[in-house]
Amino acid sequence: MAQIITIVLAGILTENMVLSKFLGICPFLGVSKKTNTAVSMGIAVTLVMLLATAVTFPIQVYLLDPYGLSYLQTIVFILIIAALVQLLEIVLKKYIPPLYTALGVYLPLITTNCAVLGITLLNFTNSRIEGNYAYALFNALGAGLGFMLAMFIFSGVRTRLETSNIPESLKGLPITLVAAAIVSLSFLGFAGLVK
Amino acid sequence: MNVILLAIIVVAGIGLIAGLGLSLASVLMAVKTDEKVEALRAELPGANCGACGFSGCDGYAEALAKGEAKPGACAPGGAEMNEKLGEILGVSVEMAEPMVATVKCNGTCDHVGNKMFYTGVSTCKAANMMYGGTLSCSFGCLGFGDCEKACQYGAIKVVNGKATVDKDKCTACTACAKVCPKSIIEMMPEKKKYAKVVCSNKDKGAVARKVCEVACIGCGKCAKVCPSEAVVVENNLARIDPAKCTACGACVDACPAKCITF
Repeated sequence: MAQIITIVLAGILTENMVLSKFLGICPFLGVSKKTNTAVSMGIAVTLVMLLATAVTFPIQVYLLDPYGLSYLQTIVFILIIAALVQLLEIVLKKYIPPLYTALGVYLPLITTNCAVLGITLLNFTNSRIEGNYAYALFNALGAGLGFMLAMFIFSGVRTRLETSNIPESLKGLPITLVAAAIVSLSFLGFAGLVK
Repeated sequence: MNVILLAIIVVAGIGLIAGLGLSLASVLMAVKTDEKVEALRAELPGANCGACGFSGCDGYAEALAKGEAKPGACAPGGAEMNEKLGEILGVSVEMAEPMVATVKCNGTCDHVGNKMFYTGVSTCKAANMMYGGTLSCSFGCLGFGDCEKACQYGAIKVVNGKATVDKDKCTACTACAKVCPKSIIEMMPEKKKYAKVVCSNKDKGAVARKVCEVACIGCGKCAKVCPSEAVVVENNLARIDPAKCTACGACVDACPAKCITF
């Protein structure tokens, strides 16, 4: 139990996907303008991260490793994630239309999201997981929640930026990147919280 | 050789399973969409401006297909596109009259002064909350450009402290009128030539004159000279009915404040 809490907390705070590992920056900058779309994106990413880990982990352990095909990891995972996202889209459209319309374009966008691929790959380099399937799933959950938290915080920062008086040369992306750097810096404060 | 073959088999196998799974899922879990909706949606401009009164182009297309709405309400699409909508639905189209956004204020920086030194958030909405804005005229255009930011077509620009509409680019989507805290932007007929009062000041003549040189003082001269009874003065502000106006120009010449133009 302690290990699970450690894994989830590490995913959210100390090893935040966006703010410490710098993965998934494009949705972080692209869809963080409004809080509700940012949170929708966060939910979608968490969902896909969980699903992707649930499928890729056994494939790595039972298919790639025994046959010495670990070098195919990246391409196989990309293939699986792409297919999974498409499948999820079809299923949601059929059975949960409100969620489908709420997630909208964000779902297909996740197909090429490096945070999702990142978490499936990092599951095998993270020393806390020790090849445990359940731990890997919690790692994905933590990373997804961490992504959502980063999106949520940053959308708040950006709404403030919208109404601020910004120097002409910094308007738009420059000030956004500066703000992102400061938010990332603030997350450094969590370093050492989780061992 | 064996290693290469194994790799190919594994990747191709996973691809095949994923592909089959997806095609199976798309057949089993297919959701019926109305072809008409998609055809209509393809014709609509996709600006999602809401000028038709629906939530966006998707909403309008759905309402059209269900028969809840009539084609002709899409202002940005223009007459040609609305006729295409009619063709898809098999009905005739009564096109709404083409409109253009009109800013009913003539108070540029040359004519109207400021009543305060404002350093707050530079939007009209914020400035308006502060004692009704920076301008000494409490009805006029604040010139922070909320409308300019709202316009998807780049048709409205703040020039010399006052919003100015580019008639060629304007599609009458009403986005600017919705964000204007002073509500001085109105959609008016585009084609017909008519005189219009470019002022929204409802103060009494002397007060209005004091704050702005080109404010309507409600003197009523325009109403007197108008041969077709198109001008009405209400609340110290003249208003011209475009439908009745014959563009004779009598009011334009008579106006002492020069706030009536074509």
